[in-house]
Order: sequence, then C-alpha cells, then structure tokens
Amino acid sequence: MKTLDEIEKQLFETVADISEPPKGAYNFRLNGKSIGRQSSKNIDVQPQKDGLIIRIAPRTNDEVVHIPVVISMSGHKETVINDFYIGDNADVTIVAGCGIYNCGADDSIHNGVHTFHIGKNAKVRYVEKHYGAGPGAGKILNPVSVFHLAENAYAEVELEQIRGVDSTDRVTKAELKNNAKILIREKMLTQGKQYAKSHIETILQGKNTTADIVSRSVATDDSRQEFTLHIEGNNLCRGHSECDAILQDRGSVIATPSLDAKHVDAQLIHEAAIGKIAGDQLNKLMSLGLTQNQAESQIINGFLK
Amino acid sequence: MSFGALYNKFMLQVKNLSFQVKSERKTRKILDGLNISVKPGELIIITGPNGSGKSTLAKLIAGIEKPTTGQITLNGTDITDQTITERAKLGIAYAFQQPVHFKGITVKDLLQIAATGQETFLEDETGTDYGNILKTIGLDPEIYLSREINNSLSGGELKRIEIASILARKASLTVFDEPEAGIDIWSFDKLVGVFKRLRKQNPEASYIIISHQKRLIEIADRIIVLKDGQIATEGPAAKIIPKLEELL
Repeated sequence: MKTLDEIEKQLFETVADISEPPKGAYNFRLNGKSIGRQSSKNIDVQPQKDGLIIRIAPRTNDEVVHIPVVISMSGHKETVINDFYIGDNADVTIVAGCGIYNCGADDSIHNGVHTFHIGKNAKVRYVEKHYGAGPGAGKILNPVSVFHLAENAYAEVELEQIRGVDSTDRVTKAELKNNAKILIREKMLTQGKQYAKSHIETILQGKNTTADIVSRSVATDDSRQEFTLHIEGNNLCRGHSECDAILQDRGSVIATPSLDAKHVDAQLIHEAAIGKIAGDQLNKLMSLGLTQNQAESQIINGFLK
Repeated sequence: MSFGALYNKFMLQVKNLSFQVKSERKTRKILDGLNISVKPGELIIITGPNGSGKSTLAKLIAGIEKPTTGQITLNGTDITDQTITERAKLGIAYAFQQPVHFKGITVKDLLQIAATGQETFLEDETGTDYGNILKTIGLDPEIYLSREINNSLSGGELKRIEIASILARKASLTVFDEPEAGIDIWSFDKLVGVFKRLRKQNPEASYIIISHQKRLIEIADRIIVLKDGQIATEGPAAKIIPKLEELL
C-alpha cells in the first residue's frame, strides 16, 4: 500500500479509527484511487465503474469491512458508487467515512452513493464519519445512502459529521419488508459559515416493521442546518423520529418532520426540540464546580456522544 | 478573639440581604433585609408560605441569583460577587427543587462531575463509590448508573439522582430546596435517614433545607420562618414547632 503522509494518516484514523490496513476485508481510497484492497473469505471487495461492489456471504458472522475515503489533493472532485449485497443471516459491520484536507484554492468534493441490499435475517451495523480540515477552499461531502431491508433484517446506521465540513447535502433512504427494523442515529456539528442539509426517509412497507430515527445536532457561529425526517407507514408498523438541536451564537436550524400513515395500524411519532443550552443545565453543572465553558463542553459532548 | 475563632463561629452569614424584581410598572420586593447566620454543623430548616422568598434565598446563596443589596460571607470571605462555580469550589452545594434534564449525560457522568469537579471537603462512608451513593437513596446502580438523565426518568427518579449528585459533592455547606418535592414516602424516609447519618459522620458540615415537611422540620437545630421576604420568627426547633401551624 502507498505510504501515507501524516495528514492522510490522521484523516484515515479520524474517519475509520484505523491507520494501517486491518485484518479483514477493506478498500482504502485516496484522491480517487484505491491504494489498498483486500477481500476476506466471506467478504468479496471488487472494483466497479466509479466504486466498489461488496458481496458478503450468507451467515458471515462478526466480520468488519472498512472502506474509508480520503481526499488530500485540493480541488479533487469525485462521485463514488458502492453497492453492498449482504447475504441472509449475516452479522457484519461496515465502516465507511470520508475525510477531506484542503489547503488549496479549489473546492474538494466527495459524492458517495451507497446502496445496501440486506438479506433475510441479516444484521448490519453501518458507521459513516465525515470530517474536514485544512485552511483551503470548500470541503464538501454529499452522501446518499439507500437501505433495502429484506424480511427480518436489522440495520443500525450511525451517521456522524464531526467537524470542518463546509457544505453537505445528505440523503438517507430506507425501505423495510416484513419484521425488518432500522435504527438511524445522526450526529452533526457545524461551525463558521457551514451549511448542512439532511433528508432521512423511511418507508415501512412490511408488516411489523420498525424505524427509530434520532438526529442530534449543534449549530454554532453562523452555520445553518436543515433537516427533513420523513416516515411512511404502509402496514402494521411503528415509526419514531426525533430531531434535537442545540443553537449557539448565530447558528440556525430548521427541522421539518413529516409522517405519512397509510395504514390504520401504523403508529408514527415525531419529536423535535431546538434551542440554546438551557440556563438551568449550565447552573447545575456550575454548581458542581465546572466553569461555564467546561459546562457547555460537557453538555455538547454528552449530547453528541 | 482570633479571626479563626470568628470564622468558626459562623460558617455562612447573610447580611441585610434584599432581592427585588423590576417589572415595567413596579418593583416587587422578594427578600427584604434578611439577616441569617449559620454555624458549622448546624441544620437549619427554612419554611414559610408559598411566595415568602425561600427558594430565592437558596438561589442567592448558591449564586444563581445576585442580590439587589446586602452581603453573603462564607467562613469570613465575602462571596456576594462570586460566581456559582467559585462558590462551588469554596464548598457550597445546591440541590435544585426542579431537577435538570441532560440528553446524553448519564447518572454516572453527573456523579463523576460532582465528585471530581472540585476539591472534596468531607469524607463519609459512601466514598467515591457511585453505586453506593445511589443505593443510599434507594436506586439500583445496575439499572441507573448508565441511564441518561432525560425525560425517560420519572420525577421521583430525577429527584433522587439530584440528591445523589449532592451526596457525591461532600460539601461543607449544602442548600436543599424542597428535597421532599416529587419524592415518594419510602424514599423520603430514606432521605431523612441520610440527613441524620451525614450529620453524625460530618459534625462540621452545615445544611440549609427549605421544606414544609414535618419530619424534616423535626430534625432541625433551628427553624426560620419566612413571610413576605422577611423573617417572621426563628428559634430552636422545640420552640418553633408548636407555633408552626398558626404561623403558616
């Protein structure tokens, strides 16, 4: 594998918690090229036009596949298409994520389109971290993630935009067949003049399907965030979405819930709360000995934990 | 008399303390020229009708509100202009009447902040064993230590966690604003037991408890009755308790 410089190493570490190739299946992508790829006995990682096809054998148990992306070349723009086929009864973790370092005058853009076909009774944990750094122009990330859950499948989706992403337009969609369940946890922090838009759409097609979506965000400085959380219930199903945001400085957030119940046994709930850190929360932590700054960090770190 | 002896005589002194709220049309006096002295080891119950200024007094001592006029000293140091944090570091603890929710902060996180956010002032049998602290107020640590302090907890659970965070502080002066509010009878009995035990273990620590609860009032050394922002009467518990009904 190509030798990485310190910045690239640090970006891979931040978005995928690894700096060296891991034991199992992986693909490391740097500035538009694969710099290391490996399949395992049960997980096949193959290139396709503009991305990867990842096939996970049925009954694969307790395996992880890493597919982190780093852009360190200013002005690099790419659209990556990755397709995942997860066999019946598999139980796996997929770690994606993208880090951009930009020190130049041109915007760097990563558009990642991921489609997951999750087999019957399969269980998938999907972790995606996005991070931007460097003094240069835009660090722009536009991910599209689409989940197709077969009967009795389960997906746990963790979407995290840590810091430094100037602009994002993220789309997450899921469609669930009988007895399938999806949990989506989104965390977002924006600073400066950053802009973030997130649309999460879940269609509860099958009987006894469940969706639980929690989006937590912090908008600081002059940043702007827009959330639309949509759940459609077409059967006996339960859907819950929650959108919580903390505002600091001149940050602003719009949260638009939408529930579409098309079946008499669909139970759909939405909660949303936006506001600054409550004075009582600060007072409580300060009365335990923390300074105001320490109390604010504690509240925000806990909120985005 | 040495300064040391003076400090020992009174731990907390509230001198001519007033608090006013200004609205567009008029100024309302919530507290009016209050003088209170608390000795080391003393347990004082402050009681009185609703709107008499009890909770405001507690907030002024903790630093959550600032007085319009007057002075507050702790062990001889003027703390009137000190922040909540500075007062906490000097050994003042304050138990909120309405416990605060925190999304993402667990009971263990809160106890850790309480125990390590400042110097520990006193030792007692609970030590820094958070599980033990929770057991003291009737919560199973297996269930509660990892729970987020959010609205999935009942009012009674939140109140007990609030009290646990104060026990973890081991402060030299603790102000409780209606510790009985929202708590069930069984936990309340435990709470009375906790106060008794704390006093035995730490004879120098002082407590100001705002309460209407007879069983708490009975364990006081001294009772202060507030009415319309002033002290209506004060004295040893034995002397005041018989008169309480007509005073309230």
